[in-house]
Amino acid sequence: MSEWQPRILAILCNWCSYAGADLAGVSRIQYPPNIRVVRVPCSGRVDPLFILKSLQAGFDGVLVSGCHPGDCHYISGNYVARRRFAILKPLLEFVGIEPDRVQFSWISAGEGERFATVVTKVVEDVRKLGPSKRIVKKA
Amino acid sequence: MNVTAKLRETIRELFSADKVDVFLAWEEGSLPMSSTPLFITDGAQADRAIFDPRCGNNLSVYFTKDSRQFRGKRVGIAVKGCDARSLVLNIQENQVLRDMVVIVGVPCNGVIDGKKIRRRTGGKQVTEVMENGDSVTLKGPEFSITLDRSEVLSSSCLRCVHPDATEYDVFLGEARAEVGNENRRKALDEVEALSSAQRWERTRKEYEKCIRCYACRNVCPSCYCSECFVDQNDPQWIGGTCDVTDTVIFHLIRNLHVAGRCVECGACARACPMDIDLLLLNLKTAEEIKKRFGDTAGIRIDGRPVMAEFREDEKQEFIMG
Repeated sequence: MSEWQPRILAILCNWCSYAGADLAGVSRIQYPPNIRVVRVPCSGRVDPLFILKSLQAGFDGVLVSGCHPGDCHYISGNYVARRRFAILKPLLEFVGIEPDRVQFSWISAGEGERFATVVTKVVEDVRKLGPSKRIVKKA
Repeated sequence: MNVTAKLRETIRELFSADKVDVFLAWEEGSLPMSSTPLFITDGAQADRAIFDPRCGNNLSVYFTKDSRQFRGKRVGIAVKGCDARSLVLNIQENQVLRDMVVIVGVPCNGVIDGKKIRRRTGGKQVTEVMENGDSVTLKGPEFSITLDRSEVLSSSCLRCVHPDATEYDVFLGEARAEVGNENRRKALDEVEALSSAQRWERTRKEYEKCIRCYACRNVCPSCYCSECFVDQNDPQWIGGTCDVTDTVIFHLIRNLHVAGRCVECGACARACPMDIDLLLLNLKTAEEIKKRFGDTAGIRIDGRPVMAEFREDEKQEFIMG
């Protein structure tokens, strides 16, 4: 059997992080191929339900990324998202979901290098945790 | 004069001064140890109202669950500390007009959780309850037991920091301000001492009990979306079975929907037929919000609820560097 590879869902905002991922691609920067990308209009669109559903569906980790504070295309979407994530993370930890499985970052359209670094770090963290078992729904 | 007598007097006065069209209070329930909500439309009915530790119902729920019934009416309402905070939140969220309500605060020392009593009596019928300072004596046809008050109080009351209304027009007595409560930290510490794996085991065990009856949601005055995410079927967010991952997600998301809005009245926990400690997650979130954003649900009547606001320079240590 081949070695287990983490599967990570990356939820990226259309204006910054998705463009950052695109830049990493066109610049041919190497990063682990363990992520699947979902593009959303804004990090403010990310409902904690999306994150929990992804974990339930079997993703080993979730990365949510948006524009840096102050750079939101919709002015304040990422500020509202930040408040939401600020309480989501301790709550998940409290109920016993490994905190490293759900991560947040800010990546601008010009930060292709940073996108690669962030993805590498998330993949490494999740690889250390091993396959997700706790909130995964058995078929 | 006891609180019940004062409440009745106040209701009569409000009707005779023509200040309200309807008054919400509690009355004697059909079983011992129970109370039931009471809608008074005439001052002559005032003597049906009661207030004592049986009156757990958070009456603010009637404003959000079926708000049409009060349209254009001036409503008087009797509130404990937590109920008052619910109402303040509803006013803050423009679900209730402040000018249309007359808030009557009642001094509260905690309400009884019927489930705790049933557990202690083994389900035997209690016909008489006597309170004596810090102890409560329960009597039935063939038994009599004396318990400490803390053994029968709703767990929300054991963790209460706002026993009395913070916003009111009339208060039946002397309203106490915020009090400290070490039980809050204790309850969280108990879980936080566990390892991540142990915590998940605890969560799984607790939420495996859930039968998804949604009583917690239905009784919650802060839960008033016209269509709840669990009822949506396209997309269907939450599976229809009692699979533990579905129930955990339901409770986590419900917790986040009421984050910064939950006043910890404990109505959900008292309504839960499976005796799940629903309040623990709400307590965690409330403490987290207080620590991070310095806000407590149902205290401010102006502005917006805490999760709808932001400050640009907030701490963001949880964001990857």
